[in-house]
Amino acid sequence: MDHPENLGCLCCASSGPERLRTMAPAWRRCLFALILLSMLIGFLIPVANLAADEMRFPAPNFTSGYKLPETTIPEPTSEARQWIDVGVLLATLSLASWLAIKKRTRKGIFALMVFSLLYFGFYKQGCVCPIGSIQNVTLSLFNSNYAVPITVLLFFILPLAFALFFGRVFCSSVCALGAIQDLVILKPITLPRKLTIGLSMIPYAYLGVAILFAATNTGFVICRYDPFIGFFRLDGNAPYLYLGAGFLLSGIFIARPYCRFFCPYGVLLGWMSQFARWHLTITPTECVNCRLCEKSCPFDYVEKPNLGLARENRAVGTQRLGYLFCVLPLVIILGGWVGHRLSVPMSRYNHSVMLAENLLMEKSNPDLKPSLETTTFRTQGTPEAKLMAEAQLVRSRMNAGGWLLGGLLGLVFGVKLIGVSVSRTQKDYEVDKTHCFSCARCCPYCPSDAIHKGNFVPGNPAYDAALTVAKQEGTTPEAVAKGKRA
Amino acid sequence: MPAPGSKINTLNRFEFIRQGLGRVAAFGLGVVGGVTAFGARKKNTVWQIDPMKCTQCGHCATACVVTPSAVKCVQSYPICGYCRLCFGYFQPNAPELTSAAENQLCPTGAIERKFVEDPYWEYNIKEDLCIGCSKCVKACEMFGNASFYLQVRHDRCVNCNDCSIARQCPSDAWVRLPASEAYLLKHMLHPATQLKMELPQWTTPKT
Repeated sequence: MDHPENLGCLCCASSGPERLRTMAPAWRRCLFALILLSMLIGFLIPVANLAADEMRFPAPNFTSGYKLPETTIPEPTSEARQWIDVGVLLATLSLASWLAIKKRTRKGIFALMVFSLLYFGFYKQGCVCPIGSIQNVTLSLFNSNYAVPITVLLFFILPLAFALFFGRVFCSSVCALGAIQDLVILKPITLPRKLTIGLSMIPYAYLGVAILFAATNTGFVICRYDPFIGFFRLDGNAPYLYLGAGFLLSGIFIARPYCRFFCPYGVLLGWMSQFARWHLTITPTECVNCRLCEKSCPFDYVEKPNLGLARENRAVGTQRLGYLFCVLPLVIILGGWVGHRLSVPMSRYNHSVMLAENLLMEKSNPDLKPSLETTTFRTQGTPEAKLMAEAQLVRSRMNAGGWLLGGLLGLVFGVKLIGVSVSRTQKDYEVDKTHCFSCARCCPYCPSDAIHKGNFVPGNPAYDAALTVAKQEGTTPEAVAKGKRA
Repeated sequence: MPAPGSKINTLNRFEFIRQGLGRVAAFGLGVVGGVTAFGARKKNTVWQIDPMKCTQCGHCATACVVTPSAVKCVQSYPICGYCRLCFGYFQPNAPELTSAAENQLCPTGAIERKFVEDPYWEYNIKEDLCIGCSKCVKACEMFGNASFYLQVRHDRCVNCNDCSIARQCPSDAWVRLPASEAYLLKHMLHPATQLKMELPQWTTPKT
């Protein structure tokens, strides 16, 4: 009970003499209310001067044998339940890996995906998810006051460890955010390559900002702007529900827009997944270049062979690569500078920085009406110098982080450009191991798979696709399945 | 010269770099996991309001993602004065001291007033009605024993990773507590009741 009397009248609590003149009517109204109230209380309060730590009214002595009721305290979700969630995560990840790599079945993946949507999405209501756990881990690395719960750490580590061995099976059928988007893919369109390369920079920026904000104890942006959590909870603030609805509506045409162009955890998963020991492949045996899988991926993660294509002049390519390597440091420095310029506006999201700025602003401009935050700060009696030092520290950390983050983003962009300009010889249809969600959509389109399983018959997607091609070319589906077409 | 078909020749320069990078990725993951696990704790955390810091700004009623808010008013019976004229219960200008709607301060009528013995009355919170607006808390703290206070009720709280009320709290009253000690009960903290409870060591400021 810190000085409850200070809370009585907020506009009188912190007013200097000059404030008295400018705010005369409010002051008078307050005084009037105060007199009225004190008259009212006068009848009831026996002691005039109250120490803050004492009770105004003594505890009653009951004579009727009345017993004080207990304050009920409903327990939070038990520890065991958290471990059950970790168990379910481990089980679904293992099952997803088996379905994607051994069974290669889209139906199985789909069923598991629906289960995950129901369990991690609608039942667990989406907290804590591996995507958000990035921030918990970061906060605990940078802030000694915060220790991450071991279950949350496991939520962070497990999908990444699985990606290192089996690819992004987490995305395929365990992530609730991915599942809700996967269900609405109805008419996927192919986006221009330049656009997708540009858009795929967003996850890096998002990840960087999320880490920077978590490290400076500013906030958990990934959770704040989670577009689907409102759907999982069937409750939420309107702007976020609209955001989620926007993602789902655009997701009808642009398959999994959040996963591909926003998800910060996807960046980490991609880093692991490209080195995956075992990864989902389009064909279980040997690629015969029948081209039936070409259009099967709604995310455009099927990479085409370039063996027979005309090669670019080597000198031109080398020269371009040289230019790109020269530009790379410039892009890094430019990115760092932009990050540094953005650090001040970004730091305003921090509670201490915002409060300190508001305090200074109100000091320099006495006509300003004190905000709720500054008024509360003044009544709490924390030394202002302490707040200023704290805000300064956050500012300087944000600045350093801005340089680093901007520079890294520049580096990523440069490396992406270099990656686009060089091409490795590829003779088979393969999935893009960095980005592929292991959804197994392409698997049924491979005739080798169907022949392998002995079901290359009408009704099989590969057979039907081969039949369409065969009709155009005047051959048989079996001939198409043998592949090596021009 | 290795035999034809032997695996030695299949590792070209590109594959070698790839494998190396893969090991770097695995090592990085291990380091981050290890360092974090070193400082990790076994217990989960939940959000709670430190009633000694709360200034009853009213954000708890509006900012929560759960409707109505997971924050509710709690009555601390050992601190309550059992007043006949309860400032948390009655409007400042209540025409008479009855439970008629026009006399009540609570906008949802969530406080129950029961006669105990002359001159004492018991006040209970009906949690299904309470919206956590803190009107009664403010009045009780200003004019009474401050036995009403706000607490996160964990049967309703969904324990968001980024609590949207904590983000808006002007008085830094939101803390993370171990799930086993999920409440900051005022009669345990109140100096007058001599049961001073220390805040757990690793409670953290709001993020």
